[in-house]
Amino acid sequence: MTNNAATTDRTSILKDGIRAAWPICLGYVPIGLAFGVLAQKAGLSPLAIGLMSVLVFAGSSQFIAVAMLGTGSGIAAIVATAFTVNLRHLLMSSAISVYLKGLHKRWLALFAYGITDESFALNLVRFREGNWDWRRALTVNHVTNAFWVASTIIGGLGGAFIPAHAFGIDYALMGMFLCLLVYQLRGRLYVLTGLIAGATAVVLSVLIPGNSYIVTASVIAATAGLYIRRRWPQIARQRGSR
Amino acid sequence: MMATDYILLCLGMGIVTYVPRWAPLFVLSQRTLPRWLEDWLDLIPAAILSALILPSLVTASEPRQLSLWNNDLLVAVPVFLFALRTRSLGGTVVLGMALYWLAGKFLG
Repeated sequence: MTNNAATTDRTSILKDGIRAAWPICLGYVPIGLAFGVLAQKAGLSPLAIGLMSVLVFAGSSQFIAVAMLGTGSGIAAIVATAFTVNLRHLLMSSAISVYLKGLHKRWLALFAYGITDESFALNLVRFREGNWDWRRALTVNHVTNAFWVASTIIGGLGGAFIPAHAFGIDYALMGMFLCLLVYQLRGRLYVLTGLIAGATAVVLSVLIPGNSYIVTASVIAATAGLYIRRRWPQIARQRGSR
Repeated sequence: MMATDYILLCLGMGIVTYVPRWAPLFVLSQRTLPRWLEDWLDLIPAAILSALILPSLVTASEPRQLSLWNNDLLVAVPVFLFALRTRSLGGTVVLGMALYWLAGKFLG
């Protein structure tokens, strides 16, 4: 559907997906372990930890949920918090929908489950470069999901024995995001949009607790970018070397 | 917390996390989008990545405040330049880890 250039045999789909997913997997290990350790300290069994990771699959809201459980918050409050924390997925799902045109609803439903900050950014770049299709993207989603679930459970089983901060592994996801951001800077307009988003996000994040700054800053920046594209088309036409 | 309460909690969190992931895919992938919306969505990845990255580099947590001298930011500069120059995802990740590890060792 999206791209005929990519082959469709099962092994190459799996191989391509796994090869693309490794930076995310690497980055999930320390975060998953840390979550498991915390959750275990909060009194959750490895099974309970696994259940949450499978059903929710969203790191930041899982951390917040465990912290709130520790302070005795009710279910409704934790669920409401998870909702606001994960609203940013609305934007990611919208942006990636462009590449999943006409895909069967069943597959869309499965794909949606695996949309995270990380898989979204990685798959989007791959889709644009071409040679990528929904099967490979779905593989990325599920391989990374498996790593997340497994590392949270292992953390709960006794991850405290695994040395924290080994080999700078804590920086794996930041490194990946930095490079994926570079891929997105395809011309002056994208650089401008990124600068507006970054500056707005920094200001909002200092002023407002929580993570609503991500959605707010992104919407403001993309809207400003669209305005610039309309008002000064010559800026938008200016492309980078790629 | 009772086991059934905990399962309810996970289900509730699962649903409110899943719906924002699914609804735009379901609605938008089945139709042709107006030009302005496609242009807008085209800018979202650059915006959202910047909005994710920058605050975590220049703020220190809880309560959040500006912090312009920290290992995360210090390492990000050469790593970003490396990514600009090489456009290698794997290389960037490995370099980032190595520099972050060294920064932790020597700068504390």
